[in-house]
Amino acid sequence: MGYAAGVGKTYKMLEEAQELKAAGVDIVIGYFESHGRKDTIAKTEGLEIIPRRRVNYRDSIFEEMDTGAILARHPQICAVDEFPHTNVPSSEHLKRWEDVEILLAAGIDILTTMNIQHLESLNDQIWQISGIRVRETVPDWVVQQANEVVMVDLTPRALLNRLQRGVVYGREKAERALQNFFREQTLVALRELALRQAAHEVEHRMVNGENRVLSSDGVSVGSQKRHKILVLVTADPKTAMVVRRAKRVSDFLGAECFAVAVQPSGDLSGLPQTDREAVERHLNFARNLHIETRILEGDDVASTLVDFGRRNQVTQIFLTRPRRRAWSPALSRDHAQRVIGLAKDMQIVIVSDREPVRQ
Amino acid sequence: MAHELRRKTPEEALRECQAEEAAAKKGHLKIFLGYASGVGKSFRMLDEARRRHERREDVVVGAIQPHVPPEVEPILRKLEVIPLRTVGNGTAIDVDALIARHPSVCVVDGLAYNNPPGLRNPTRWLDVKDLLDAGIHVIASINVQYVAELRDEVEAITRKHVDQTVPLAFIQDADEIEIVDAPSVEPVERSPDEQLQAREYEERLSKLRELALVVTADVVERQLNEYLECHGIKQQFGAHERILVCITPRANLQEMMETAQIVAKRFHGELIVAYVRQPNISPADQSALDARLAIANAAGAHVEVLEGDDPGETLLEFARSRGITQLFVGHSQRTGLARLRGSPLDKLIWEGHGMDVRVFPQ
Repeated sequence: MGYAAGVGKTYKMLEEAQELKAAGVDIVIGYFESHGRKDTIAKTEGLEIIPRRRVNYRDSIFEEMDTGAILARHPQICAVDEFPHTNVPSSEHLKRWEDVEILLAAGIDILTTMNIQHLESLNDQIWQISGIRVRETVPDWVVQQANEVVMVDLTPRALLNRLQRGVVYGREKAERALQNFFREQTLVALRELALRQAAHEVEHRMVNGENRVLSSDGVSVGSQKRHKILVLVTADPKTAMVVRRAKRVSDFLGAECFAVAVQPSGDLSGLPQTDREAVERHLNFARNLHIETRILEGDDVASTLVDFGRRNQVTQIFLTRPRRRAWSPALSRDHAQRVIGLAKDMQIVIVSDREPVRQ
Repeated sequence: MAHELRRKTPEEALRECQAEEAAAKKGHLKIFLGYASGVGKSFRMLDEARRRHERREDVVVGAIQPHVPPEVEPILRKLEVIPLRTVGNGTAIDVDALIARHPSVCVVDGLAYNNPPGLRNPTRWLDVKDLLDAGIHVIASINVQYVAELRDEVEAITRKHVDQTVPLAFIQDADEIEIVDAPSVEPVERSPDEQLQAREYEERLSKLRELALVVTADVVERQLNEYLECHGIKQQFGAHERILVCITPRANLQEMMETAQIVAKRFHGELIVAYVRQPNISPADQSALDARLAIANAAGAHVEVLEGDDPGETLLEFARSRGITQLFVGHSQRTGLARLRGSPLDKLIWEGHGMDVRVFPQ
């Protein structure tokens, strides 16, 4: 894991691949993106590269990882560059990480690379830091599956030098990059985020390791109170942000997380089409992050939500910020005020917008 | 971009200029930080030295570990090495020879070594300081075990006494710091007997690794803040979680503090506790408040006392100045929904840009 293009992730991965090969391990390169970097290309020397699959889409040729060919070759370990990559639309899987899941399921070990800005739960913070809404994201659970996460570090100053020397990108792309992610303060903030995430990944694996030991001995998993987090899903576009944040907090606290929508009919049929689609999209988004979802039947959103929470020992409810400035009368469309009033036995978290101040 | 550009005050501009002037004369310090020996610090450090040498910078090696890994040897052969001085039973870098030779860049491995007695400095990091003062750039390496301020934590993890240390401030003041990270778990097949021992060892390494990552993140954050300040940029980045627990006379502070401590620990975040002093507080409220302050103190929290007419605004201003990302507040009133209207809580929810508001039951 790194914090920007050019910090040396691919180089490091290939270096490890070379060491493994030298140790007699059957390792191949499943996908490799050179970006024309000479040092990196030199590191592939002597390694078997599985040729890419050529895909014709809308009269253009695209090249993707050939998952079928890797499965057929079935190496012990496969190195795959650019984990968050989105495949060309006609592909069997939308995302490269889904292809990687297939390889893992077949018993092939994977080395792969990604930058911090592609982690789903940090999407809003990345936006706040960089002013860029990253579209190619990887759900946190996918990264949590990794046995190890290693930080590939380089100081922003060194990275900017490399960029200016044309090591990272060609001239034109480098100039564009300097306008976006590659401002010094953005790089420093992304780097801090990556370091803290790496520290979390190390701790997470340690804590989970301990828990596994404890539970196999039949001893309780820690004395801490178990938290359960409930997220309200609505048609509000800010729902995605709340779902991400709730998931991140529940992952860090080792809590369970549910997402629910509330409708009088118990399904989404009563909603106007655009709202129905939005709620469906948000529920689907939550499921993709491995959050259990449900549609609750109830006329009153706040009391239905709080009742459900109470029945399920929920300790925290996550909501979007109310839409209007002033708190309005009891039956308004904003639920936060009523939920706070009703759920005196739970913590209510109103998730803030994390917008950049100025684009 | 997401920041507000403002004019620098004359003092800020002056400070910046002075810093730049001082930096121009002094050598530049770059530190490679690792969490254990064998993670590859020496290689990374010398590989950088090699690249600089190839770019025709005048690079010398001032100190290298006695036993270098095989991949380091070919690099070492390309570089000029100023041998260590032997004094009694110990060795030290030859500061006088280095200053006389005055290279552009000097490589110093093992920053935490103590010098043998009788030399100008008792420790190697003080020698490095002399090199920097002489205008020589230094690339150095250190293990997180040897950071003075972390000694207790490290000794608890490793159960070994640490007798050579470098102050954290020296590391924080480095111009650049880079972490050399590596997996703490070796994918090796082990017998059940070996497994338990191996797991304990891995856990210790993992803890040191976590510590090294967090220390680096803290240094990076300091540098970010300095950069922002230096360039007159006022912005919260939210890369570091900071929790502000707001004390009010009726807050359920026990639960708030418990949750805040867990959240802060898990996010490697910072925990701040504050209350707004109110002028005409009733004796009942005062004693309730005192009880809550006692809880906060018992939890080891430092309580900031804020002054201001408008409690909501005062808290917000404080929260913004500290880059808070999570505000913990108590319920306003048991039954008073109406009181929420225009209450401090309302204000916090609405104007706390970039801050989640967590409302606790009473």
